[in-house]
Amino acid sequence: MELIPFIFVVVIVLATIGLGIWATGRSKTASDFFVAGRSVSVFWNASAISGEYLSAASFMGVAGLIMKNGYDALWYPVGYAAGYLFLLLFIAGPLRRFGAYTIPDFAEGRFDSPTFRKVAVTFVLFIGFFYTMPQMKGAGVTMASILNWPYWAGIVVVGAVITFNVAIGGMKGITIVQAFQYWVKLFAISAPVFVIMALTGHTGLDAAKTFGDPAVTPRITPGAEIKIKGKAAVPANAMSFAASEPTLITFPKGAILSKIGPARKPEPGEDPITADALVGHLPGLQYEASATAPPIPGNAEGYTCEPGSVFITKTVTVTKGGQPVMKDGKEVKTSAKIEFDQPAVVSLIKPGLKSEVTDASDPEAGALAPNTSPNGKWLNPFGAMTSKWGYPMLYTYSLIIALVCGTAGLPHILVRFYTNPDGRAAKRTTLWVMVMLGAFYFFTPIWGVLGRTLMPVLYANGATDSAVIKLPTLLENKVLGQVLSGVTSAGAFAAFMSTFSGLLVSMSGAFAHDIYGKIIRPGASADSRLKAFKIAAIGVGFLSIVLGLLVETFDIATMVGWAFAIGAASYFPLLLLGSWWRGLTRYGAGAGMLLGGLCSVGAIICSMLLDKKVLTWNVSPLIRSLMEQPAIWAVPFSLLTMVVVSKATAGSIPANVRVKMLRLHAPEGMGLSKDYVND
Amino acid sequence: MNDPHEITHLSEEEQERLLGTVMREQMGLSLKVAAVFILLLVGLPLGNFYLPDLMGSKVGGLTLTWLILGILFYPLTWVLSYVFVKQSESIEHRHEGEF
Repeated sequence: MELIPFIFVVVIVLATIGLGIWATGRSKTASDFFVAGRSVSVFWNASAISGEYLSAASFMGVAGLIMKNGYDALWYPVGYAAGYLFLLLFIAGPLRRFGAYTIPDFAEGRFDSPTFRKVAVTFVLFIGFFYTMPQMKGAGVTMASILNWPYWAGIVVVGAVITFNVAIGGMKGITIVQAFQYWVKLFAISAPVFVIMALTGHTGLDAAKTFGDPAVTPRITPGAEIKIKGKAAVPANAMSFAASEPTLITFPKGAILSKIGPARKPEPGEDPITADALVGHLPGLQYEASATAPPIPGNAEGYTCEPGSVFITKTVTVTKGGQPVMKDGKEVKTSAKIEFDQPAVVSLIKPGLKSEVTDASDPEAGALAPNTSPNGKWLNPFGAMTSKWGYPMLYTYSLIIALVCGTAGLPHILVRFYTNPDGRAAKRTTLWVMVMLGAFYFFTPIWGVLGRTLMPVLYANGATDSAVIKLPTLLENKVLGQVLSGVTSAGAFAAFMSTFSGLLVSMSGAFAHDIYGKIIRPGASADSRLKAFKIAAIGVGFLSIVLGLLVETFDIATMVGWAFAIGAASYFPLLLLGSWWRGLTRYGAGAGMLLGGLCSVGAIICSMLLDKKVLTWNVSPLIRSLMEQPAIWAVPFSLLTMVVVSKATAGSIPANVRVKMLRLHAPEGMGLSKDYVND
Repeated sequence: MNDPHEITHLSEEEQERLLGTVMREQMGLSLKVAAVFILLLVGLPLGNFYLPDLMGSKVGGLTLTWLILGILFYPLTWVLSYVFVKQSESIEHRHEGEF
């Protein structure tokens, strides 16, 4: 166990508990617990919203995605930040002026429909739990990788600390903690970058220069032992090798492979490529011409490789009916993709060298990093990520819509706007949130570029997510490296904690205010709702820990994607039309939310099941692309459903809709504003 | 809980007029700023697709498109939000004295 990072994590946890207890002394009424007494200033609320929003996915995931996918992944931080512009333009002011406690309050009050509150509260909990699971998983995995804790330990620590903070202090108690955690995260993502730049001489701002040769793939450190996961971690159990040169693969402890196939997805009609054509088995360590290497021993069920066995990848020309397939005047070539059945240790070197590499500092001695594209594809738009299904423009636009509209439709973020004193403060807060998020996200591509330059070995076992934690350990000064790794570990821990605290407040509010205070026991006193809040916080906190333990094999980005997909096609259309179009009826809003939200999450789940080969439908790449990134059809579909159904049910427009619209839009100075809930 | 359903000191015509001015002007402003922003979001991938040489030209250590998406994009959204907040507050200020 690394002592220095451990100390940093302990310090951030203790600071979180201490600040929470300190802030709790000032948190007494129900209003304090649900909306922090509606008295949070612009600066503090902007810090708290940014602190809550920058989750594990932002802190570690975005840098990892950029390292993995290059330019295409730049849309993630941009979309995450840009969503707030839509929030500012269309939602922040009116939403705050309505003066509710929770988003379901808005849903009920805007349409005079208690039924609609039930629909809305279901979505809050759905999105909340989908967003909670990846935070929990992130905590478990990070602590396992940096401190060698068991998977459950990080989850239990984050879950217990935050449940404690929320139960004793509610929204007011966590506001100051989240604000503090924003500044911790900003420091943690920025300061180590400057030190790494100064000590390694790479600035991260020189991507085009560093990766100038478009045909080159980064080389990994020769002889590095790479731990790869088994089939439980699909698709992170695969290594796809570059076609431009062969790679020598050694399994020092043996390995069990489930499949050897071509790295490039075959298109219909192309001749099949056998495992023998892709990989040769070398009896000794000495490199021989690959053409003469005997075929790999194995059978259709998989391949068992003896400890110490060595293989070499070959380059194969893709053919169709015996003729080479051409693209841009060149023959299309591919090499092997190896899928591991069981966890294994792998060592990769460039052929022509003995296994004992004496000069590890010679960068040319390393093998080409598997699982990544050549620099040209990485650096330029429409690379591997968006071109996956052959419709890069469509994929790019759909991703942008999902991120922008999804951000504006996350209830646990939206609820924070009720903590502002008025609509004007809500708008100013959003402006500052964008400045704070921009300052943070500016550093994520730098981490991505530095990761590709300095640590391409992370590609080999799909560990690009850990670039932020691992990069500082490269520094020659080991103590400094550990300190910086401690700083980024503390930042990551702050990210899990602040996001989970926001989620827990939002979900506890849904249970205590909406389900208990409005549905089960309407008219419950403020005191009993406060008590319900504390009980709900403990219950939801416990449930979140259990869920976190269950999702060890799920993909973090996929789960966050679900939350965004539901938010983009349900809450965003509801709030947009609900604030600006008086013709929206409860039936229209409900139908649009349900259909939009369910269809997009259904599409994503089917897409994931197709990935895992649980479903074996034969769908065209166009449909497949639309399933994986549904926002481009789901958001318009939801909006259209709302309009059409509202037109058909125009009789149910609330009689006093004019007053409701005034409440949403009249400036406070007119004296027309009244909070919908204020006890 | 108060009753949020009534505004008694304004006639229906006055309420209608207020919505017609305050809400409509705010909506116009929001749509204008959103149009600029959407133009940017839609335009950048189009530029990348149809003008790859221009977007790939080197600016310092980066290509133009990296510079735009990785760095310039954030200050741009700050400027848009700043303009919006100022304009929106001035609309509110103008109307606050009306009733």
